[in-house]
Amino acid sequence: MAGVLTGEGDPRAASSALPRWNTVVLWSRYGLPLTVFVVLMGAWEATIRYFEVPGYLVPPPSAIVRALWSGLMSGLYLTHAVVTATEALVGFVIGSCLGLTIGMIVVVFPTMERIVYPYIVALQTVPKVAIAPLMVVWFGFGLTSKILVVGLVSLFPVLVNVIAGLRAIDQDRLDLLGALSASRWQIFRYLRFPNALPFIFAGLNTAIVFAVIGAIVGEFVGANQGIGFLILQANYQLDIAGAFSLFVILSIMGVSLHASLRWLQRRCVFWMASSEPVGGGH
Amino acid sequence: MIGTSGAQTLSLERSPETGRIALTVDDVSMIFARGNTSVHALDRISLEVRDGEFIAVVGPSGCGKSTLLKLVTGLRPPTGGRLIVYGREVTRPRGDVGIVFQSPVLLPWRTILENVTLPIDVLKLDAARGRERARELLALVGLAGFEKSYPNELSGGMQQRAAIARALVYDAPLLLMDEPFGALDAMTREQMNLELQRIWSASGKTVVFITHSIPEAVFLADRIVVMSARPGRVLRTLDNPLPRMRSLDDMLHPEFGMLVREIRGLLGGHVAVGESHGGRVDW
Ligand SMILES: Nc1ncnc2c1ncn2[C@@H]1O[C@H](COP(=O)(O)OP(=O)(O)O)[C@@H](O)[C@H]1O
Ligand SMILES: [Mg+2]
Repeated sequence: MAGVLTGEGDPRAASSALPRWNTVVLWSRYGLPLTVFVVLMGAWEATIRYFEVPGYLVPPPSAIVRALWSGLMSGLYLTHAVVTATEALVGFVIGSCLGLTIGMIVVVFPTMERIVYPYIVALQTVPKVAIAPLMVVWFGFGLTSKILVVGLVSLFPVLVNVIAGLRAIDQDRLDLLGALSASRWQIFRYLRFPNALPFIFAGLNTAIVFAVIGAIVGEFVGANQGIGFLILQANYQLDIAGAFSLFVILSIMGVSLHASLRWLQRRCVFWMASSEPVGGGH
Repeated sequence: MIGTSGAQTLSLERSPETGRIALTVDDVSMIFARGNTSVHALDRISLEVRDGEFIAVVGPSGCGKSTLLKLVTGLRPPTGGRLIVYGREVTRPRGDVGIVFQSPVLLPWRTILENVTLPIDVLKLDAARGRERARELLALVGLAGFEKSYPNELSGGMQQRAAIARALVYDAPLLLMDEPFGALDAMTREQMNLELQRIWSASGKTVVFITHSIPEAVFLADRIVVMSARPGRVLRTLDNPLPRMRSLDDMLHPEFGMLVREIRGLLGGHVAVGESHGGRVDW
């Protein structure tokens, strides 16, 4: 997408002054949060040992680390994480592409809007995960049903933001191109699309979070692999430390997906100074 | 200012044809219908602008100045009368007029050079020549060296210069400017007025310049069109006898003051515009 706009990266990246790596900066940026984390974990561990809380209610951090270690070493977590990540990513890509396409069609061809928009609004208010059981009935326990759930939940935030972004055009900018007798396509290419990019990324950022949720919910409803499936199994066996260690895997997955998207966003929407996207999530 | 020597190297000078009419506004009216109410914005405006002329339009805000410019570009049709630009009646946008708005209206995702060449891209003109011309114009407006910068790296005045370069880059002989310096501070504004005079004389364009600063109009224009409050009518058109090229000191001239006072008198009661702050340069 970046190539459509310019070949060049952020001009400010080179000129912006690097922070000075003195000890104060290092401490406040890494030292302090790390210390707080260690203290919290220590307090948690101590509380559970002191009050002798049983491990099947709340596990101590040490037990979670042990469960995480054995899950990772056996390769079990990786195999299932790959399944969940595949469902989330493939569904996310399908859902966002559909959202982008439908949004563009709706904006560029106003007659389509009257046909499509009522359905969008109607579906918008329904919690999309509610159809997960139906998907399992229709498409079975495999990847397809999860990918479809993920696709559906990630479609809407993208769709709504694309429409908003393509529409949020300054009248002066439209007049500028209008006075040059620009065609509808030229207005889209030179103005509407780049203008919508920050909105699109706001939608994508929401969609990627929804995608992981959708994949897990799909697995809860009916699956024989994936992190959601493992969490259910751990719960049935009252292996709460195991469940917690799977939450850790999930948050690592979520954070890295989100970070990759942010990286892409900084490349594509280089002209926005703030790192926070414009517009609401959904 | 930075690039005052640029004028000599400019390859797109045109010499105006004396006697040729650049723009005719013939009995133009504009009524906006909004629900069941309607706004009478322009009332039977007639105007003639000669090729190469610099004309200023002053009037209270809301009197339809911006509307008049939009009609000239063909962005909307008038509800009455007709407009003729270089002999052809305006029925839709043709890309033969340059526009500068009050705000620079630069696209933040394009470099300054890419912003200036936007009209070249849209009008599908020769890209290589367009870039060449854009570089010359950026030098002319004092922005040489900023080609690769992005708009948010430039000050408001610099952005407005880029907008002027963009309006000049395609050979549109008629340049429309809608309060282009209204958002600038007084010092920058004086500088921009001087430079605009220089750019105008170097490029040989016809300029229609809207402002609500009376001294600015008198400083820049050959003729000043004074409009009334809504519905906008032409109250009077005044010739400006001050010789070219004008300097800021010319504003101390008695003739300058007389013209300013005359226009202020015409605008009478509804002068919410160009009010004096007690100083000599009251913009
Ligand atoms: N698109 C529009 N729809 C309805 N009314 C408009 C529109 N554009 C301008 N007007 C009205 O026309 C009048 C003249 O506006 P404008 O040309 O912007 O004045 P000026 O530029 O002299 O301040 C104003 O009263 C304004 O409210
Ligand atoms: Mg106006």
